[in-house]
Amino acid sequence: MKSPGLRLFAFAYLIFLYAPIVLLPIFAFNSGTIIAFPLKGFTLHWFDQLFSNATLGQALRNSLIIAVSTAIFATTLGIFAARASTRYRFPGKPGIMGLIMLPLVLPEIIVAVSLLIVLLGIGVPLSIFTVILGHVLAATPYAIAVLNAAFSSLDKSLEEAAYDLGETKWSTFRLITLPLVLPGIVSSMLMAFTISLDEFIIAFFLAGEQVTLPTYIFSQLRFPKQIPMIMALGTCLVIASIVLLTIAEYARRRGIAKTGAKDTGGFL
Amino acid sequence: MSASPWKRLKQSEAFNGYVMVSPTLIYAILMLAAPLGMIVAYSFFKDGYLEVIHEFTFENYIQAWTDPIFQAILFRSVLVSMLVTLVTVVLAFPIAYFISFVVPAQKKSLWLFLITIPFWTSYLIRVFQWKVILNYNGVINSILTGLGIVDQPLQMLNSVGAITVTLAHAYAPFAILPIFVSLEKIDRSFLEAGRDLGESPFMTFWRVTLPLAMPGVVGAVMIVFIPTIGDYVTPELIGGGKLPMVANMIQQNMLKIDNKPLGSAIAVSSMLVVAVIALVFLFLNRRFLRGPK
Repeated sequence: MKSPGLRLFAFAYLIFLYAPIVLLPIFAFNSGTIIAFPLKGFTLHWFDQLFSNATLGQALRNSLIIAVSTAIFATTLGIFAARASTRYRFPGKPGIMGLIMLPLVLPEIIVAVSLLIVLLGIGVPLSIFTVILGHVLAATPYAIAVLNAAFSSLDKSLEEAAYDLGETKWSTFRLITLPLVLPGIVSSMLMAFTISLDEFIIAFFLAGEQVTLPTYIFSQLRFPKQIPMIMALGTCLVIASIVLLTIAEYARRRGIAKTGAKDTGGFL
Repeated sequence: MSASPWKRLKQSEAFNGYVMVSPTLIYAILMLAAPLGMIVAYSFFKDGYLEVIHEFTFENYIQAWTDPIFQAILFRSVLVSMLVTLVTVVLAFPIAYFISFVVPAQKKSLWLFLITIPFWTSYLIRVFQWKVILNYNGVINSILTGLGIVDQPLQMLNSVGAITVTLAHAYAPFAILPIFVSLEKIDRSFLEAGRDLGESPFMTFWRVTLPLAMPGVVGAVMIVFIPTIGDYVTPELIGGGKLPMVANMIQQNMLKIDNKPLGSAIAVSSMLVVAVIALVFLFLNRRFLRGPK
């Protein structure tokens, strides 16, 4: 076997990465009220508590509305930017794309605080809607990264062939371009959805009186009594995101297979 | 007959590019560039009771920079971010190298997938789990006392070390992926050439692989260092509120104390400090970033 040391390190690293996640179900099914070893007995009580929690239900509804809207708007904006950056050359492109991709590195608190000041300044009341505005901004760069890969593996000559055969710009987009980049669009929407569902800081600043899933979780982490229920919630969230990610990864690979490009891997 | 100027413009590539990018660009200008400009403006305004007085002043910056608490918090934030970046990138490089050079081609996607999954699970809960792991009666202490390695549980929470481990965990994929991408781009024949010319495996790595992987390393440093300094959740949960970083101070001033000009001045100051450190780092590594010769 090649490089046993490196292999060992890689497995140790995976344990480091997965340790916090593996612990979630362990404590979610543990009947002890304190999150510590040794474990007590098996219980489904925390899941019961979870599903009968009205505030949590409201938080989940709000988060789903925000995440679905973010997925749609961020992907739409992403399609425009990715199309422009892969298909056209124009002066000032690096600067323009740099501004659009800036939220990728900018600390979220800066985005949140600056949006808060503007929204309060022009008198927009804080609500789910203002959270969506912030989340679209934060998710668009990720959408562009995925869509860029989808658009750049697109063969330009296919579109030109369609023009030559008398198709209009729009019908070419609908019949040729769209089907080829569709897997990229699906994977971009799922990613934006996941980012929004998990985003805390922007929601913390911009949600006003409204509660989202992460702001609810954060408010409960102070109360030791609530922690086992949060573990149960975490278990459900992990399962949900693994399912979503598997679909996104499947879509991404199918897209790559369709256009015949080489898999460069990864979501980022 | 030459086409009208309007028609020529409509057919030009640059025009079409601008039209295509405009919806996203307008959104970014309205929701990002304008608010960022606003925060800079606010940092020069006066704070009145319950309202902001639109009068130019340097007072907020003077107040912030002469405040020993702000100095301590900014210093801690920079220190923590540098530590996190160092730990994350040093741990990430061997993993990226392993996936790029050791893992067979058809299994690379699977490994990348495995590494990105934890990143997509709830950030808050992941951070909180480190509290569970590092707690006084937490996982590590249970194991250590259970095996009789220590008599008294170790106090690990509320420390810079605990904050560093938690953030290094949170930013792991951000460091691995850029390094992986640059390692994948390396032409494998360069490495063979190095070996054929009599270099040892270590010298080949040092003189060929590492310099060619540097753009990825620099990218990883940037993408970990800059957001880390603005992290709010980890100092709050893992530092127990006793080791605040700039984000906690910004939040305090913006929401609790409601001194928006001072909060803005703190935000702008910390971003300037980050930008200066980032630019110095880029300058020091400029020879690696010049692109292929």
